[in-house]
Amino acid sequence: MEWINAIVQGILVGGLYALFAAGLSLIFGVMRLVNIAHGDFIVAASYLAFVIIRATGLHPLASLVLVVPIAALTGYVLQYGILNRTLGKDILPPLLVTFGLSVIIQNSLLTIFTPDSHKLDAGVLETASLEILPGVAIGYFPILVFVTAVVVIAGLQYMFYNTGLGRAFRATSDDTEMAQLMGLNKEKIYASAMALCLAVVALAGVYLAIRSNFDPFMGPGRLIFGFEAVIIGGLGNLWGTLVGGIILGVAQGLGAEINPGWQVLAGHLAFLFVLAVKPTGLFARIAG
Amino acid sequence: MTPSVSRTTQSSRIAAGVAIILILLLAAAPWWGSVATERLIGEFMVYLALASLWNLLAGYTGLVSVGQQAYVGFGAYILISLSLLAGWNPLYAVPVAGLSAALVAIPVGKLVFRLQGAYFAIGTWVIAEVFRLLFAQLAVLGGGSGISLPTASIKLIAENKFWREASIYWLALALGMGALALVYGLLRSRLGLALTAIRDNETASVSLGIRIERMKFAVYVFVAGMTAMVGSLIALQKIRISPDAAFSVNDWTAFVIFIVVIGGIGTIEGPIVGTLIYFLLREFLADLGSIYLMILGALAIVIMLLAPKGIWGYVRDRYHLSLFPTGYRVNSTE
Amino acid sequence: MSETLLTIENLQASYGDARALHGVSLTIQKGETLALIGSNGAGKSTLLKSICGLVDNTQGRIVFKSEDITRLPASQIVRRGIALVPEGRRLFPSLSVEENLVLGGNVARPGPWNLESVCALFPILREKRNQPSTSLSGGQQQMVAISRALMSNPDLLLLDELSLGLAPIVIKEIYELLPRITGGGMSAILVEQDVTRALASADRFMCLQEGRVSLQGEPKAHSRDAITRAYFGT
Repeated sequence: MEWINAIVQGILVGGLYALFAAGLSLIFGVMRLVNIAHGDFIVAASYLAFVIIRATGLHPLASLVLVVPIAALTGYVLQYGILNRTLGKDILPPLLVTFGLSVIIQNSLLTIFTPDSHKLDAGVLETASLEILPGVAIGYFPILVFVTAVVVIAGLQYMFYNTGLGRAFRATSDDTEMAQLMGLNKEKIYASAMALCLAVVALAGVYLAIRSNFDPFMGPGRLIFGFEAVIIGGLGNLWGTLVGGIILGVAQGLGAEINPGWQVLAGHLAFLFVLAVKPTGLFARIAG
Repeated sequence: MTPSVSRTTQSSRIAAGVAIILILLLAAAPWWGSVATERLIGEFMVYLALASLWNLLAGYTGLVSVGQQAYVGFGAYILISLSLLAGWNPLYAVPVAGLSAALVAIPVGKLVFRLQGAYFAIGTWVIAEVFRLLFAQLAVLGGGSGISLPTASIKLIAENKFWREASIYWLALALGMGALALVYGLLRSRLGLALTAIRDNETASVSLGIRIERMKFAVYVFVAGMTAMVGSLIALQKIRISPDAAFSVNDWTAFVIFIVVIGGIGTIEGPIVGTLIYFLLREFLADLGSIYLMILGALAIVIMLLAPKGIWGYVRDRYHLSLFPTGYRVNSTE
Repeated sequence: MSETLLTIENLQASYGDARALHGVSLTIQKGETLALIGSNGAGKSTLLKSICGLVDNTQGRIVFKSEDITRLPASQIVRRGIALVPEGRRLFPSLSVEENLVLGGNVARPGPWNLESVCALFPILREKRNQPSTSLSGGQQQMVAISRALMSNPDLLLLDELSLGLAPIVIKEIYELLPRITGGGMSAILVEQDVTRALASADRFMCLQEGRVSLQGEPKAHSRDAITRAYFGT
């Protein structure tokens, strides 16, 4: 029964991983950019929520009302002001600049907040649960996270394929020159994509902070989980990313059942297995 | 009036002369310098080697890895294992560490080469994490808290302290200068010419029939082996290793990347300039701790955006200097 | 009384170190079609791209409707009334036929062209409207590309190698529709490999040879020999 519990909890945490990964997937799809600081932005969002909650006494979920817009604005400015300048044929500049950003964010958080870990208190939501089988209880909070992931992905899919903005994203990613000749301003399009990405990141950051302790150095770990979910699921497919997150979560859960110290390692091994056997991922739509 | 072809420039010939004198001076350091001096230069050599190797990988071969710490840690642990468990003289463990790392890099490379660009980079990071987690499982090597090189093994290097410090120092010198020399030699060869061609225009190089993937793979494996040797040197220098320290992203990747970017990526002189700047800045800013790292990061970002070829790249383009020329110059003999 | 729509003065354009145009000057009047001919590499596409702001390294002046657009970014070009039907069609593969057309009309300008009228011009568009643009034949894609450009109701239509890779019967069909397309006062620059067709569809022509104007004028006024010599630079 512990195995079934491990699998169920793994499925639910897959929702969180999908939230980590959704932004990565979106940005890569629109502008072939991978933001090495992605995980650090998630953690920064956790700290932002922490600060806002300390100042206003809001409930963590209510703090989203402030955290998400601030994060979106930050994304827009970051892309427009700095990251747009790195885009081009060479892969080095965006990689190195975002790597530098990652180091700066981690050390800024460290300097401002000390290495102590914190956690956001969501009250009764954290412990309330539903027992679906004897020995298998699913918490309302993990359900909320999973449902949010599904809603976010469905929303992004809808946006991508049914709105003018999504059309602009697809066209700019297909053929930047011709997209310009349609009157689309690629600098603004990219900035909008990053704004959207960081909005999702904000959501992920707040959920992360409710779920567990967070500290300034957790960023790279979250980036890696998001990245593994994207690769397992297949590039260019948001629903695939959800499946990837679930597989990752389940692998980690099963690994932890065998030996608690093997949790993260089990996830890595599952990722490497998929990489070895089906490198394009399970549901790939675009080539890397 | 036939033109002659030369492979050196005047500045490079002068630099070569200066270099020879410098190397002789450095080699004599155990006699004119203190142990602290040897240690400082030894550390300099570590970063020079890591930077030159990473530069070869990213700046010339286009393989941007943020996971070289995998091989640094691997090399360190091989040295500790052979010394602790098999009673070897640690010095002999160094080349073995390099060779075994190169062998490990083959299947690892095959896996990670399935990814491209930035995803390749993160993939190398995952590999480093896997190495770290695996080694942390080995209780016989100290598990998560790490282990020290036994005094008996240290004594095997040399009985008295002077020769011990000198041996480790000369090893550092050999690896630092050696990495630089090997990278330079590689880039002057036909392989190097092909690599530069690939870097500058991949489409054209494909049409020239250059077996790009094979070449990149070979460079990856070579760099892994060399990096592991530097890793085993680090274990010798620090005596005590732990998974977190041996596989540290900050120490063995972040600093190295910043060194290369600031010094000048894609140039041979860049890592030298970058390492000098790193140590200079450290002299003045080290007390600032994590702020130091932030300053380096910000500097690297600014350089990437405004002067992507780094400090040496800027100097080279402005003054047409080349201390390590790899090209061919046509001189008319008039 | 015809007004000057476009004036290009001494345009020089380079890709990196390679100079593609060495000082080209021309004027287009409102309502006229100019055929731009020349062999491969003569600079015809470069000229069109320069007008569209897609070439970074240019010197000289491009004036459109009394506005200096030499340094105008590409995303502002369509707003001014210039649309490109690019060489190779370059439809957006991730978009359906209809989405391609709608995006063409992203910048709404007054005029007769909209989804209805382009579908009237090329009925096949309505039939295939929800299909991915890449699933169409070459000729059909060309129709989508032309319609996409028309959707912004341009004053100047740039057509780059319409006939490239198309079957003769399809080329004929498209060229027969050209007067309907450019009717209503639209000017056009027609870049064409097929010299005969180009000259037959245009009011004036200009021949480029290695980035320079080698001959220009009215088709009737020049002999085949003269044009051939200008084309090949002999």
